[in-house]
Amino acid sequence: MNRARLFLPVTVFGILAVVLLLGFTLRDPKLLPSALLGKPFPAFDLPVLTGAPGERASRSSLLGEIRLVNVWATWCPTCLAEHGELVRIRRETGLSIVGINYKDDSSQARAWLREYGDPYDFNVVDANGDLGVDLGVYGAPETFLVDAGGVIRYKHVGDVNRSVWDGEFAPRIAALGDSNKGEGGKAE
Amino acid sequence: MNRRAGFTLVFAVATCLGASAIDGFDFPDPETYERYQRLITDFRCPKCLNESIASSGAPIAVDLRRTVRRLMEEGATNDAIRDHLQDRYGDFVLYDPPFKSSTWFLWFSPVALLVVGIYVLMRVARRSAASAASSDDLDRARRLLRDRT
Repeated sequence: MNRARLFLPVTVFGILAVVLLLGFTLRDPKLLPSALLGKPFPAFDLPVLTGAPGERASRSSLLGEIRLVNVWATWCPTCLAEHGELVRIRRETGLSIVGINYKDDSSQARAWLREYGDPYDFNVVDANGDLGVDLGVYGAPETFLVDAGGVIRYKHVGDVNRSVWDGEFAPRIAALGDSNKGEGGKAE
Repeated sequence: MNRRAGFTLVFAVATCLGASAIDGFDFPDPETYERYQRLITDFRCPKCLNESIASSGAPIAVDLRRTVRRLMEEGATNDAIRDHLQDRYGDFVLYDPPFKSSTWFLWFSPVALLVVGIYVLMRVARRSAASAASSDDLDRARRLLRDRT
């Protein structure tokens, strides 16, 4: 009995250590789980960055194929860091990428695309961040994987680099492509 | 004394400045303003880990304050505003986490700790009662000491 009591402090320490270790390693506290996974992409009606004057895009512009939706801005250094990878993804995989130019200066954004290359099918201008709020965006860059039906399948916060693409996006896109084919086959 | 008053004044002014971010919204009446203030102190800023959207100067907090105000103008109830933000940013924005499987530990751990505490306290109390010397023992001890001297 007394001998067992000797081990009490060690036991308490052990339990605390495990709980705290879990707290530190389970997840980055800065990463919020997205509340929007599996939900339809929110409705929007916004001007297009590099279109004809008065041209606008809406949620229906996203339908029909799997797309990456990338939230970016010229004031965001990490966006510059990931830009090359977006250009590569577009060039090598042909995946459609749609940009949300988030709380940015449109003329600077257009200059950026001329300078660093334009991997986007089109960009919408979210000048005051309202679409960002509807998407649960809390810092650029954020990248969403949206399926052909306009449903958000995955969200990545931070830059999309080669390992994020290989590890997080490519497998999910492959899985989506397979299930689309499967469903199409059944429907026919 | 003067110097102290000066310090106090500077401190008081600085505290006021830090108290809340100002967006320059106009409110139709004080009640609406108070409701708005209460609402924005109830939401946690998603970018700043532990600041409400009322006190944070982060751009996202400005956007969320604007969203709360717009929803109020559209006639949304407090619950509807809460749901609106929770749908977009998840439980993180709520200071008052919902009761579900991933949060039961959060809700029950204080109660569990209280139960453990009461148990330990009872055991300690019982033990010290049991080990306290009886009056017979004390008398015997006194007699022994008296015999010595």
